[in-house]
Amino acid sequence: MAGETILSVKDLRVRFRTLDGVVNAVKGINLHVDAGETVAVVGESGSGKSQTMMAAMSLLASNGEATGVVDYRGKNLLTLGKSELNKVRGRKISMIFQEPMTSLDPLYTIGNQLMEPIRRHRGLSGAEARAEALRLLELVKIPDPERRLKSYPHEMSGGQRQRVMIAMALANDPDILIADEPTTALDVTIQAQILMLLAELQRKLGMAIVFITHDLGIVRRFADRVYVMRYGEVVEEGKADELFANPHHDYTKMLLAAEPTGRKAAPPDNAPILLEGRNVEVEFKIGGGFLAGPPMLLKAVDRISVTLKRGQTIGIVGESGSGKSTLGRALLRLLPSEGVIRFANQDLSKADKSEMRPLRKELQLVFQDPFGSLSPRMTVGQIITEGLLVHEPSLSSKERDKRAVEALREVGLSPETRNRYPHEFSGGQRQRIAIARAMILKPKVVVLDEPTSALDRSVQKQIVELLRTLQADHDLSYLFISHDLAVVRAMSDYIIVMKQGKIVEEGPTEEIFGHPREAYTKTLMAAAIDETKFRQSA
Amino acid sequence: MTDTAITAPVVGRSLWGDAWARLKANKAAMFSLFYLIAMATVCIVGPFFVPHQYTTIYPDYVRTPPSISAYPKPEMIETAMNDAVRRMRVDVKEWRQEGERVFITVTSAKPLDERNIRYLDRSDTFDDAKLESTAADGLSAVMSASIKQQYFLFGTDNTGRDLLSRTLMAGRISLAIGLLAGIVAVVIGVVYGATAGFMGGKTDEVMMRIVDVLYSLPFIFFVIMLVVFFGRNFVLMFLAVGAVLWLDMARIVRGQALSIRRQEYVQAAEALGVRSRGIVQRHVIPNLLGPVVIYMTLLVPQVIILESFLSFLGLGVQEPMTSWGVLISVGAKNIGTANWLLLFPAFFLVSTLFALNFIGDGLRDALDPKDR
Amino acid sequence: MFMYVFRRLLTAIPTMFVIVTLAFFLIRVAPGGPFNQERGLSPEIKANLEAQFGLSDPIWLQYFNYLKNLLHGNFGPSYNLPDFTVTELFANGLPISVQLGLSALVLALAVGTVLGIVAALNQNRLGDYSVIALATAGSTIPTFVIAPVIQLLFGLTWKLLPIGGWGDGAWINKIGPILTLSLPQIAIVARLMRGSMIESLRSNHIRTARALGLSDWSVVVKHALRGAVLPIVSYAGPAAAALLTGSIIVETIFAIPGIGRYFVDAALNRDYTLVMGTVVVIAMFTIAFNLIVDILYAFFDPRVRYD
Repeated sequence: MAGETILSVKDLRVRFRTLDGVVNAVKGINLHVDAGETVAVVGESGSGKSQTMMAAMSLLASNGEATGVVDYRGKNLLTLGKSELNKVRGRKISMIFQEPMTSLDPLYTIGNQLMEPIRRHRGLSGAEARAEALRLLELVKIPDPERRLKSYPHEMSGGQRQRVMIAMALANDPDILIADEPTTALDVTIQAQILMLLAELQRKLGMAIVFITHDLGIVRRFADRVYVMRYGEVVEEGKADELFANPHHDYTKMLLAAEPTGRKAAPPDNAPILLEGRNVEVEFKIGGGFLAGPPMLLKAVDRISVTLKRGQTIGIVGESGSGKSTLGRALLRLLPSEGVIRFANQDLSKADKSEMRPLRKELQLVFQDPFGSLSPRMTVGQIITEGLLVHEPSLSSKERDKRAVEALREVGLSPETRNRYPHEFSGGQRQRIAIARAMILKPKVVVLDEPTSALDRSVQKQIVELLRTLQADHDLSYLFISHDLAVVRAMSDYIIVMKQGKIVEEGPTEEIFGHPREAYTKTLMAAAIDETKFRQSA
Repeated sequence: MTDTAITAPVVGRSLWGDAWARLKANKAAMFSLFYLIAMATVCIVGPFFVPHQYTTIYPDYVRTPPSISAYPKPEMIETAMNDAVRRMRVDVKEWRQEGERVFITVTSAKPLDERNIRYLDRSDTFDDAKLESTAADGLSAVMSASIKQQYFLFGTDNTGRDLLSRTLMAGRISLAIGLLAGIVAVVIGVVYGATAGFMGGKTDEVMMRIVDVLYSLPFIFFVIMLVVFFGRNFVLMFLAVGAVLWLDMARIVRGQALSIRRQEYVQAAEALGVRSRGIVQRHVIPNLLGPVVIYMTLLVPQVIILESFLSFLGLGVQEPMTSWGVLISVGAKNIGTANWLLLFPAFFLVSTLFALNFIGDGLRDALDPKDR
Repeated sequence: MFMYVFRRLLTAIPTMFVIVTLAFFLIRVAPGGPFNQERGLSPEIKANLEAQFGLSDPIWLQYFNYLKNLLHGNFGPSYNLPDFTVTELFANGLPISVQLGLSALVLALAVGTVLGIVAALNQNRLGDYSVIALATAGSTIPTFVIAPVIQLLFGLTWKLLPIGGWGDGAWINKIGPILTLSLPQIAIVARLMRGSMIESLRSNHIRTARALGLSDWSVVVKHALRGAVLPIVSYAGPAAAALLTGSIIVETIFAIPGIGRYFVDAALNRDYTLVMGTVVVIAMFTIAFNLIVDILYAFFDPRVRYD
């Protein structure tokens, strides 16, 4: 299947000049791409995997510079003049990006943007280019392509925009398609569709694909060969099957082992019920106002009932907009809702802010974004002890400090860091701080709202393990909200699948994963944990 | 347990510390800061050291060009002497200069009055006048007087007042108005904007609607009306200027308050059960401070410009009190004959505005670095 | 779109009403009146005049009469220049002010945009630094300093331009005022344009355009520039308002008989109707201009749809 080498990168180095001095993003790497093959470049954030390909395409930010050789069929792309370079870019090598929402020009129609590279590289007339654009939209399976030609990007969903991007990239029948995390910003089911489409197009058109990704699942199902990158260097390369079966470098081994594993046992049947919601409903008003008519009502959570026992972890799964985060906040009475909410046999449905205050100690919340959830102007010590000011106001500052030290130890951070500020920590460390802030109050129920989604896989695993240990030590109950099924599976003993504010399916974890009944759950499962190869199955 | 007390915590670098470090590295901003401090010091302390009062009128020195050497110039001595002698209603027979003193021989048809020498003392050019000798017939006499050395580094204005002391006094007023009216605008704006941002919902809607309406008022016209119809006093200047400029501040603060309220760290504090007061104290104010400080440094020059603008139109600070706007207005009317009247005050005003601008830009870069 | 314009016009009515009411009572609450200033008018003549202009009526009656007249487009007579109605004065002064203001606006938008683009395309190079320096100077030095300096240099020293006066609209008389009015706006527009162009050039869809091998011309002009001018379009409203303010200074210094100058004179003389008229006209211009700008914006940005 693989043919001659068409792209080879030799001793590529990328440096950025920043306010803090020079950053070496890529430190002399070598890689090559053969005709028609699929190459994956894998690494975690900051590994330099994207910058490698940006440099190859001369798309670095203005403060970046690249040295070395990027050889495409005998031409060094790094030294090529602008007009020569533009005969390769978009024609022989094209690229799609991670951000489908912003990668299209918002001010021009889809048709206009699709026709532009066609006319430029192939010199077609307007009518010919239009016909070609229409064919491309059909090729990437956009429904009603005739109408879509006249649409603006903001009128389309993320998945559709990514299809348009693919259509633009394939417009001139390129040799190589570079796909930079093309599905990361999309929901799982859409992800699977886009990957399937790419696989199908590759079979049809025969171009090579370079996949830049952090997702080993995609690599396993898609790639012929793999480069593993870390800190701007390639640490291991090889055939995908061999690399997965027999990794050599420690980092590769660690990455492969980073998929969260293990299963959680259900709590005993007689475990007491801690938190309970009956027919919980949350409505949001959208729009409305002076002369604009009545507002639209959106039911974010539509009559949902949940029962959380002591020591239990309920995983709430769903795609963006399914209402899973809203449900979590409503159960903690952080959002106004209808229906009945009970905690430890106490009815919270009518409780106001001040009545809820003493209970906040028992009901805690950890957020997704470890950057946004910590106040940037407070020290770590101040952040994690803030709850103590409210719930144990009698503590002296010395005692609070002692509690902060204990809490930091418990989440695996050095207590010396308690006078530092959040911006001095990495994402994983910040999430530990956020967990310490919740744990210092010794709560009974913790709602975890996508606590691992913003983190690299290897860090995710550590956080998952930390959460498990804490649960075992303190007999905690978790409500674990996530779109990441692998993590949910490792964390929860019971699963609720949500879609558009409603429960689609619920049941013990192994039942949901092993024998999903509803069609939606099946698609979700297939998209996320199926290991069949796209390129053979599609 | 015991070792918890031993581990000395590492001191972190706060965002404020970072910002200060970045500001210190910004040469233009630091230079401007020193310049501004120097300017303020000179304006406050300077008038005590300048030998002229800003209100003193020197009739001999009307519209004198600026000079670093002392007045009077040789050719002016004769003019000044003739002026003084004419007031004595006598004639000059001859005169000579010996060092620092002039000796004048005067003649008259009527007998000379000894007290006439006070006319020499009254002149801005001479003092220590003496009657050296009187002729026997009393119809001629020799008088002497020492030449008074005066410095007018910036020259003098239309009525013969020293421009240096006037410029420094004007600086006091302009800077004081800038600072005080700036504070007034910031206080109104912050209170109003924060209230709207925090109340949210209908209150916010109504309050911001009011701001929108006020925005579409031709506000400068209202200020002028206010000042014209209610008399021209200092307090009203503050009110008028503050009333115009708080709108932007209110919008900025409201926007910030709304966005801070939506931040996850505020939601986290709410989930901890922190009371509104605690949230405002620990989360909102520290995060609001940056934008307010930045906007304040940009507001002060605006206030100074607005005050100068009103004074320029003759609607602001009134004579004999003065401000840079008043001086520039006088200068603008005399550009044909005495351009220093425009150039010195304009330089003081413009350089101060530049300094404030650079400090504002520096603070913005330091507190809100986009490149990081 | 029609509904949107209609709605905006509808909300303009209360705004205008607030402005008129506020201005009316502000003027009347203030001490003094049009006929009791250093004129030595005898009490009888004064009373006569006041009765003639309806100034002895109760204030609310005067207010409603004024509103009624205003609805008929009648601004009333000028108290200070009794031979003219306010409308007649505007017929002379308004075209002059509008002409200067619009010329300055067009000049500022054109020159400022070009300078901003030049700076953005040469970021952190000489061209950029010169534009930044110019923009800083232009937005820092106040109009009432620029105007006399222009008079001093061009009028007195080099004798290229007249020092002031309208000269019945001779173009040479307009250069100084237009330059003075537009310089600060050029500075602001250039700064704004530079910033938005740099941001636009950094955006993801520009990266896409480059990756597709489009020409520099297409990348910069078709894709980056169109997005970058949007902030300039929305700034046109505030810019027009700033030019109206500037007209007070410029018309005073250059001795131009526009409404800015009328306003200052009228305020000093307590010429109620002329002051009121100026405020109303200026407010109407501001509101109309903002509406035009908002409608224009929709033509530049397909994401904005008014309905």
